[in-house]
Amino acid sequence: MQNTINSPTKKIGLRACLSANLRIFLWLPTLLFLIYFFFYPLTRILNLTFSPATFTNPNNLLITFHSLLFTFYQAALSTLLTFALGIPSAVLFSRFDFRGKSLLRALTAVPFMLPTVVVASSFNALFGNHGWLNVERLTFNVSPSPFVLILAAHVFYNTTIVIRIVGNTLSRLDPKLEAAARSLGADSFRVWKNITLPLLRPSLLAAALLVFMFDFTSFGVILLLGGSNFSTLEVEIYIRALKLPNLPLAAMLSVIQLLFTLIFSILYTRAINQVATQTAPRFSAARPPKSLRESAFVFTVYCLLFTFFLLPLLSLPLRSLTRLEADRGQRGEVQYGFTTDYYKELFINQRGSLFYVPPIQAAKNSLGYAGLTVFLSLALGYPAAYALAKPTRLEKFLDPLIMLPLGASAVMLGLGFILSFGRALASPFFVPIAHTLIALPFVIRALQPALASIPERLRQAAAMLGASPFRVWQTVDFPILSRATFSAATFAFTVSLGEFGATLLLTRPEYPTIPIAIQRFLSQPGGLNFGQAMAMATLLMLLTLVSILFIERTRLSDII
Amino acid sequence: MLELRDIFKTYDNQPLLRGISFSVSQGETVCLLGASGSGKSTLLRMIAGLENPERGRILFNGADLAQTPTHLRDFGLVFQDYGLFPHLNIFDNVAFGLKMRNLPTAEISLRVAALLEKVNLTGFETRKVTDLSGGEQQRVALARALAPRPRLLMFDEPLGALDRTLKESLLQEIRAILHETKIPVIYVTHDQDEAFAIADRILLLRDGEIVRVGTPAEVWSNPGSAWAAKFLDAGNVIEGKMQNEECGMQNVVTAFGEFPVNCSHKHAAGDKVSLLVKQSGEGQEIKFKVEEILFKRNQFEARGAGLVFQMDKAPALGQIIKVKVEVKCLA
Repeated sequence: MQNTINSPTKKIGLRACLSANLRIFLWLPTLLFLIYFFFYPLTRILNLTFSPATFTNPNNLLITFHSLLFTFYQAALSTLLTFALGIPSAVLFSRFDFRGKSLLRALTAVPFMLPTVVVASSFNALFGNHGWLNVERLTFNVSPSPFVLILAAHVFYNTTIVIRIVGNTLSRLDPKLEAAARSLGADSFRVWKNITLPLLRPSLLAAALLVFMFDFTSFGVILLLGGSNFSTLEVEIYIRALKLPNLPLAAMLSVIQLLFTLIFSILYTRAINQVATQTAPRFSAARPPKSLRESAFVFTVYCLLFTFFLLPLLSLPLRSLTRLEADRGQRGEVQYGFTTDYYKELFINQRGSLFYVPPIQAAKNSLGYAGLTVFLSLALGYPAAYALAKPTRLEKFLDPLIMLPLGASAVMLGLGFILSFGRALASPFFVPIAHTLIALPFVIRALQPALASIPERLRQAAAMLGASPFRVWQTVDFPILSRATFSAATFAFTVSLGEFGATLLLTRPEYPTIPIAIQRFLSQPGGLNFGQAMAMATLLMLLTLVSILFIERTRLSDII
Repeated sequence: MLELRDIFKTYDNQPLLRGISFSVSQGETVCLLGASGSGKSTLLRMIAGLENPERGRILFNGADLAQTPTHLRDFGLVFQDYGLFPHLNIFDNVAFGLKMRNLPTAEISLRVAALLEKVNLTGFETRKVTDLSGGEQQRVALARALAPRPRLLMFDEPLGALDRTLKESLLQEIRAILHETKIPVIYVTHDQDEAFAIADRILLLRDGEIVRVGTPAEVWSNPGSAWAAKFLDAGNVIEGKMQNEECGMQNVVTAFGEFPVNCSHKHAAGDKVSLLVKQSGEGQEIKFKVEEILFKRNQFEARGAGLVFQMDKAPALGQIIKVKVEVKCLA
C-alpha cells in the first residue's frame, strides 16, 4: 500500500491522464471569460472604429489630433521632469549609504502602489483650492496651475521607476571600469560620457519608455486634478463615452490608445531585456559620502525627496482631521482646527446629498466588489496559472492572450462594456468583472512562478522521508503556494479597491465605490464636501497601505 | 622613479598599511607579495590616485603626486577581472587611452594593431569583449594598459582568475613584454610562484608592513622570519632553545637534536628561536619517523614529526630515516 502511494509511476500516470482530458478545464474558463468580457467588447470597439463614417468625420479627426498632441506633450514633459528628479535619486540610492536609506527608498515607492484618487486627493489636500497652502486663513496662497499639479503628480508616481531601473544598473556597474578609464587618462566628464552613460543607456531607455507609457495612459490624476479641460486620449474617451456621447469617436480614440500602448510595451520589453543581459554581477558600490561636495549632494537630494514624497502623503490624513474653513453656507460660529466631523458625515444620509445612501455605503460597496474580484480572479487564475506553470504547446498561446487586457486602458474596458452590454449594465456585477479583467494578469503572474518553482525533487524527498501524499501537499506545496496565493489575493483586492477608470464608466449612481465617491465629493463646492473627500481618500490610503505591507511581507522575490 | 615614503592607511578603523616605504627604478619589476587582506591592492589604488594615503608621500621622479588626479598620472593598471569596457569592442578598448590623449586616428589604428600583435590577438579588433576567453580578455587588458605608453605599469593579481596552465603561459608572455618595454612595473599577487617567476625584487607584505625585501633568490634562501618561511613554503620550520655561546657559534637545542647556527643578531641563552631546515646534499643530518607518504610528481614526499622532505625512493611507513639538511636561523 505504502509502495503504491509513493511510487512515481502512479503520479506520472495521473498527470498524463490529466493532461490528456482534463487539462482543458484548467484554462478553458479563463479563456471563455476573456473572450466574452474582453475580446467581444474589443471587436465591438474595432467595428465602430473602422466604419467609414467615423474616421472621415473632420470633427472627429480634429479632436483626435488635438488630444493625441496634448497626450504626447504632457507625457513627454512629465517623463522629463520625472528624470530630473529620478536620476539624482538613482545616483543617491546606488552610490551612497546614509542613515534612513531604506526608509526613504520605501517612501519613494509608496505612491506607485497608491490608487490614482488617493494621489490626486493628496495633491488637492496640499495645493488644491481647499488645500493647506491655499486656504484663505493661511497666508501662503500658493496656487499652482492644474497643469503643474498634474505634472507633479506624475513625477510623484513614477520617480520610483527611474530609481529602480536606473539605480539598479548604476549599483551593478563595476567600479573597476571607472578606475580603468581614469587610469587610462579619462577625466570625470569623459568617464561619464564614454563609460557610465553608454552602459546606462538601455536602462535609461527602458525607464523612459515605462514612465512615458504610464504618463501617456494616466487618467484619474488628470481628470481629478485638471478636470475635463485637459483632454488627453483617456479623458477624451471618457468624455465621448459619457458626457458628450460620441461612441464612434470614443472607440477610435481607444483603438489609437491601445495601439500606442502596445508599441510602447514592445519597445520597453526589448529595452529591459538588454538591461538584463548587460548587468550580471552585483557590486556594492554604495558607501558613505566622503567629500564635502558628496555630502552636500546627499543632503540636498535627501531633503528634496523627503519633502516631495512625505508632504502630500501627510497632508491628506491631516487635512481630513482639520477644519480650515467654513462648511458650505455656514455662517457665524465655526470651530476651526481639529475635527472628526468629516468622518462622522460619512455615516449620515443627507437630504439632497450626492448619493441616495450614506457615503459610507461606498466603502461597503468597494469592499464587496473587492471581495468578488478576489474570488473571481483566484477562481479563474489558479487553474490557468497551474496550466501555464508547465504549459503544453497549445497553452503557450494562452499566455499573451491573458496579458493583453493589461494593454487596454481601464477606460477602454469600460467603453467596451458599454458598447457590448448596454442595457445589462444596470446590474452591479459588471464592476467586479471589469476589475477581474484588470487583476487577472497580475494574479496569474504571481501564482505561476510559485507553482512552477516547486521542484518535483522536494515532493519526492518528502515522500522518501515517509510523508503521505496529503502530508506532502501540506508540508511542501501549501507553504510555498499559500504565500503566493495570499499576495495574489491581496493584489486583486488592492486593484479593485482603487480602480477608477472602468468603474467611472460602469457604476450606477446608487452603487458608488470609494474612488467614485471621492471624485464626486471633489467635484462639488464647499468645505464639507472637500473634507469628506479627504476622509474617504484617507480611508482608501490606509486600506491600500495595509495591503502593500502584506504583499511586501509575503512576496517571494523582487519583480519589476 | 617611483618612490613611496612612509604610507599609512586605515580601513574601518583598523590599520591597513603601516609605514610603507619603497621605490621602483627604471625597467625594474617589483612584486608585492602578501596574503589577501594585507593591503597590497589598496597600495596600488593609492599609487594610481584612486585613493589617498592618510599619511606619507608618493613621488614620481621626485615630484609629489598628491595633487595629480588619476587621469593625469599616466600610470597603467591591469585588474584581476580585467575591467574591460563591455560596451566597446576590442579595438575601442585598446584604443581608449589613446583617444583620451586625442591622438590622430591613423596613429591610433597603427598602435592598436601593433599592440594586438604583441599580445597575439591580431584580427580580434571587432570582436566583443564577452566573446573572449579569460586569458584573451587579460591579454586585451594588458594591451589596453600598454597602449598609452604609461610611465609605470601596475598589475593587481592579473592571473588570479585563470587556471594553472593558462597562468604559466600568460606569465611567460607578460615577462617577455615587460623585458621589451622597460617600463617600471609593480606587480601585486598572493601567489609566490608567480612572484618568483616575474619579479626583479620582491617585497613581502604582512599586516600592512614590509617584512622582507630582496631578489627572489635572496628571499627564498633567507625568508627572514618563521612567518615568511611558512608563507613562501621555503622549507621546514622548527622551534628551538638557544644555548650558551661556544667558540663564536651558538647551539640551538631542538626536538631533533642540537644544531650550531649563525644568527643575524645576538640571542641570549634560553631564547626561543625558529630554525629553517632545508634539504641539501651535504651538512647535518636530521632523523625522523615516517608517518605519511605522498606521491608528488616524480618524487615521494615523506612526512613525520611535522617535517616534510622529498625522497627519490618511497620509504616504508614507520621507518626512521636520516636526511641531510642545512639549518639556518630565522631572524
